[in-house]
Amino acid sequence: MSAATDTGTVTTRPPVFIALQANNDTIPIVEAIQADNPGAELLEFPGMVKINAPGQLVIRRASIEERVGRDFDLREMQLNLISLAGEVDETEDQFILEWKNA
Amino acid sequence: MTVEIRVRSVKPLRQTFGHIARRFGDKPATRYQEGTYDLQSEVNHHYKPLWDPEHDIYDRRRTAIQMADWYALKDPRQYYYGSWTIARSRHQEAADRQMEFAEKRDLLRHLPADLQAALQRAILPLRHFEWGANTNLCFVSAYGYGTALTQATSMATMDRLGMAQHVSRIGLLLDGNTGSSLVEAKRLWMEDATWQGLRRQTEAIFVLRDPIENFIAQALVADALVYELCYRRFEPLWTASQGAGVATLLDFPLRWQEETQRWVDSVVKTMAAESDANRKTLQGWVDSWRARWNAALAPLAAAVLGESGGAAALTAADAALGARLPKVGLKTTTTPAATPAATPATQGAAA
Repeated sequence: MSAATDTGTVTTRPPVFIALQANNDTIPIVEAIQADNPGAELLEFPGMVKINAPGQLVIRRASIEERVGRDFDLREMQLNLISLAGEVDETEDQFILEWKNA
Repeated sequence: MTVEIRVRSVKPLRQTFGHIARRFGDKPATRYQEGTYDLQSEVNHHYKPLWDPEHDIYDRRRTAIQMADWYALKDPRQYYYGSWTIARSRHQEAADRQMEFAEKRDLLRHLPADLQAALQRAILPLRHFEWGANTNLCFVSAYGYGTALTQATSMATMDRLGMAQHVSRIGLLLDGNTGSSLVEAKRLWMEDATWQGLRRQTEAIFVLRDPIENFIAQALVADALVYELCYRRFEPLWTASQGAGVATLLDFPLRWQEETQRWVDSVVKTMAAESDANRKTLQGWVDSWRARWNAALAPLAAAVLGESGGAAALTAADAALGARLPKVGLKTTTTPAATPAATPATQGAAA
């Protein structure tokens, strides 16, 4: 299933989203999410960026580190997190949102 | 009464400056991009520098290295003034705590006299090496081309003054804030035979006229060898019998060098990847300065760790530099210059 979402194909699973403040700290995070989730849809609001994804959304530490040029702790994202939907599966290396039982 | 709240969104006409949008597209730019790219003026230089009528005030021809775009030399740490000062203030706090730890316990003054003397002889004169590095990086900042490189080297100049202060504070812990250890460190730097090689090579970089050769000699070669040798390889001298006390003070320079070498490697790698001509020029500079700094450090290593211990430590330090070179697209073929005693002897024999 996750292989299917990684390639951006539409799934029947309910969508998840994450909303972040639109600021200098989140530019690399948003870029990383877009790169890792080709199926994700980016909505820009004043002061906020909302990313919808069908089925699953993956945020990878390595992808963010590549863009910020330093060590990154995924918990730093919480400082700019507005809202999210989906069950969270978080490790040091990645932060996954999906509805597991749907 | 019903209140209707409607969201009204105003699309900004542009997301960033025109010159940034031309490079990256019209999307929100990072502060590093806005604070770096195309900041240095490139045309309409009204006044030729009278002290150098051959060149413009900013001029690509000051170095043998050719880059189609000097802004390719970006800093992987993405330091602009704000992020750099924030990062450094965090580092300073951490270093302060280590200093405080050593001061409260009077760690250095409880060392046996011979180990105190070794700290004086092997580490403290490095504050003058740091000052020299500051001068050399100032030259790169002044005569290099493009803000991507010169802003990072400007920040590096201040890093070096900070590092000189760090070394000085070790001295003040050692002499109980009298400053006598610093006077002695200056004397060693100016007069002691074991330090003259370092001083000579530091001053040899002062008189280079090519900013990128200067950068290679100082930031790539000299820093790699000096930090690895003095802060890492000398360390067991104190830690072997006295525990990790001194190591807490020598740790900060090593971590700074680890962070900084990521930037240095990235800059050199980009220049080497640009063209074969660049690669050849860089290789020539690295080989010649690597041999010179190895020879310069040999007497110091021998004086601190003994003949064989010193040679082994220097070989290990040189191997660490050698391991970095293939990663930046250069060859590491040269064998390190000389065994400690051999250099003066062979010179003598040749003469």
